[in-house]
Amino acid sequence: MKIVMAIIKPFKLDEVRDALTAAGVHGLTVTEVKGYGRQKGHTEIYRGTEYAVNFLPKVKIEVAVASDQADRVVEAIAAAAKTGQIGDGKIFVYDINNAVRIRTGETDAAAL
Amino acid sequence: MTLKKLIGAGAGGLTALAVAILLTDPALAQSAPAIVVNKGDNAWMMTSTVLVLMMTIPGLALFYGGLVRSKNMLSVLTHVFYTVCIVTLIWVIYGYSLAFTGGSSFIGGFDKVFLKGVTAESQAATFSVGVNITEYVYICFQMTFAAITPALIVGAFAERMKFSAVALFVPLWVTFVYFPIAHMVWYWAGPDAIDAAAKALAAATTPDAKAKAQAALDAVMADGGMAFLWGAIDFAGGTVVHINAGIAGLVGALVVGKRVGFGKELMAPHSLVMTMIGASLLWVGWFGFNAGSNLEATGGAPLAMINSFVATAAAALSWMFAEWLIKGKPSLLGILSGCVAGLVAVTPASGFAGPMGAIVLGLIAGVVCLFFVSTIKNMFGYDDALDVFGVHCIGGIVGAIGTGILVAPALGGAGIMDYTTGKIADYDFWTQVIAQCKAVALTLVWSGVGSWILYKLVDMTVGLRPTVEREREGLDLTDHGERAYNM
Repeated sequence: MKIVMAIIKPFKLDEVRDALTAAGVHGLTVTEVKGYGRQKGHTEIYRGTEYAVNFLPKVKIEVAVASDQADRVVEAIAAAAKTGQIGDGKIFVYDINNAVRIRTGETDAAAL
Repeated sequence: MTLKKLIGAGAGGLTALAVAILLTDPALAQSAPAIVVNKGDNAWMMTSTVLVLMMTIPGLALFYGGLVRSKNMLSVLTHVFYTVCIVTLIWVIYGYSLAFTGGSSFIGGFDKVFLKGVTAESQAATFSVGVNITEYVYICFQMTFAAITPALIVGAFAERMKFSAVALFVPLWVTFVYFPIAHMVWYWAGPDAIDAAAKALAAATTPDAKAKAQAALDAVMADGGMAFLWGAIDFAGGTVVHINAGIAGLVGALVVGKRVGFGKELMAPHSLVMTMIGASLLWVGWFGFNAGSNLEATGGAPLAMINSFVATAAAALSWMFAEWLIKGKPSLLGILSGCVAGLVAVTPASGFAGPMGAIVLGLIAGVVCLFFVSTIKNMFGYDDALDVFGVHCIGGIVGAIGTGILVAPALGGAGIMDYTTGKIADYDFWTQVIAQCKAVALTLVWSGVGSWILYKLVDMTVGLRPTVEREREGLDLTDHGERAYNM
């Protein structure tokens, strides 16, 4: 089992969700986050005072999938979240040791 | 025929004679029917009074609140609300008496402390001979001005002044700065007293009676505040309210020092939505402030109203377009700030300028205030957090001097009434502009020095600043024990 974690542009969330649904993913977790990468920040001006805003708002999504599905999920996210502009985000994949569905007590693959 | 009608009838010999008799014979004067207060005037003034309250809470409070960081939102709202409440009580206890009774040309007396002698039947003068309003509504109307002025100041030292310091500073400031300035700029004997004395002089026949009447007229003309006697005009409080608060704000920002992290950390407004709501409430409420300052529901009030529309719109646009040109983007905060700058600038001019003059005044105020809050502030590096100096003091100065120019009948202005002749006085450019500049200078010095002393006094007693840790945590939690947004 793996977790596919992606940091994407907020306005791309709906397209990514649709792509994941089409790829057979039945659930994901979304978090609003801030950060910076190559895009750095932007400037905001209030009454002539300029502020460099270093942390940009992004959306983090986390999907737990069976190991053999991970590549497909990564491709689906990458295709849906891409604009070609700097700041599109990144995708990370890592292993899961255990999983439990709280309601039934099912574990591992059955819990996903 | 009432005394009012007799006086209003003008310069007929018979009328003058009748007035002279009424004035010289106490028995006859007393038997003359009292002036009847006009219901429309009273209704308009009660409406104006609550409009000015709405400017302050919630208008100004939200305008300021949206501009600070969310951790200091409640702090600013509390400062403004507290100021309204404390000044309201001080006003009826001794403020009204100090500002609006005779005494010296610097400050009034204690004749009306605790509103002594004022009843529902008491009357206050307006700007027309023989027209009064109920004194209680005049007291309430002026009360709201006394309340909003110190509330304007808190924006300058926002996010870094302890509540206990504000709680002490506000009562001290209205007592030693606001009441004297209001008295010096606005107190006068009133139109009826001048008119009656002038008519008595005209009616005097013997040289002895003439000399006596002249002395009486001189005494009436000398019964006024210092700036008023200089001939300075301030329709709704450009000097008394905005320059006064603006310079007190700048001094406060300098004495208390910059916010922790100023110039290094992001201090973006936490909700420009709140600021937009606040600015809009300010504009609506300002019609009470400006048009209400006519004290009657006569032509001067709609004149102030149209000026408060067009000058404000002009300043909002000039700020926004100038910013668009210079910074590349037309911002909401820009158009809102221009709106307030225009309202400030038109305040002293609202009942004196013509609408086209008011537009010019607004266009100038918008760009001058933008220049001060963006360029001058950054050049000197003072932390006037919400630009009380840049908008209120500078906008007020533009308005005060502009009023001296735009009042000219040749420029579409209303001119200045000479109550001794009952006609519009001749206008002289330099006389009026110099009088305006003197009133501005008086306010800058009195309020600047007075406020500095009071800040130092408060600093020595309760202390102005919270600790760095408390300031970082935010004044909402450390001063008030609550949070603006629990989401």
